[in-house]
Amino acid sequence: MLDSVLFYFFGGVAVLSALLVVTRRNAVHSAVFLITALLATAGIFLQLRAEFLFIVQIILYAGGVMVLFIFVIMLVNLDVALHQLKFNRQTWVAVILAAALGGMTAFAIYFARHNQNSPVFQIPAAAAARLEPNTELVSRGLFHEYLLPFEIASVLLLVAMIGAVVMAKKKV
Amino acid sequence: MIPVSHYLFLSLALFIIGVVGVLTRRNVIIILMSIELILNAVNINLVAFSRLFGSVNGQIFALFVITDAAAEAAVGLGIIIAFFRNRETVLADEMDLLKW
Repeated sequence: MLDSVLFYFFGGVAVLSALLVVTRRNAVHSAVFLITALLATAGIFLQLRAEFLFIVQIILYAGGVMVLFIFVIMLVNLDVALHQLKFNRQTWVAVILAAALGGMTAFAIYFARHNQNSPVFQIPAAAAARLEPNTELVSRGLFHEYLLPFEIASVLLLVAMIGAVVMAKKKV
Repeated sequence: MIPVSHYLFLSLALFIIGVVGVLTRRNVIIILMSIELILNAVNINLVAFSRLFGSVNGQIFALFVITDAAAEAAVGLGIIIAFFRNRETVLADEMDLLKW
């Protein structure tokens, strides 16, 4: 019962603030609503008992990436953009194509769920218990099974950092 | 217990909203924010299936996706700053030159 309440609350908040991100004229408002959407997603992670990912989402996204976004919005002068068109010319084509993609995928999910009375979509209680010490299991997987991708991710972050510094510099 | 398909529908809604944002907005910063929304929708899928199968691998992949999103945001915002310094605009449909 509490699970459903939490899921529908956080899901509703996420979808609503995602819509506001896309439709607001002012980029600062969009950034604030993006923070709300990311925090609601963190709530979904917590409701799925992924505590480590919940903390990472809040610290890294809401704390790190969004600060970067706000900084760039303040560096870039947006007063002119407030009086210009929000959407480009192919808006309606894009909306129709996205709706078609969404309808197709929704049909696929619905069909897979209702076709062969598939038990695969119901979360078994035994599977949930196997995720129990969440942070320990994540770290064990990260440092045993996925050690090489983990190291490659650190190199990726280093490259991204150097690239961002080089590109944002005044004279290359 | 909530069936996994509800998580899939939530993730689909966020994904489609992000796609519409990428395709329709003119401001490049908001396009980058929409890409963050898309990556976030993917993470919901990964974590939901991780719970369904009782395996922590999906959460580890979600961590890698978050790492990727952070790298992409840093590089993208660096490009936006460099571009704005040269052209004084952040509108995507005014970015139509390879060299100026």
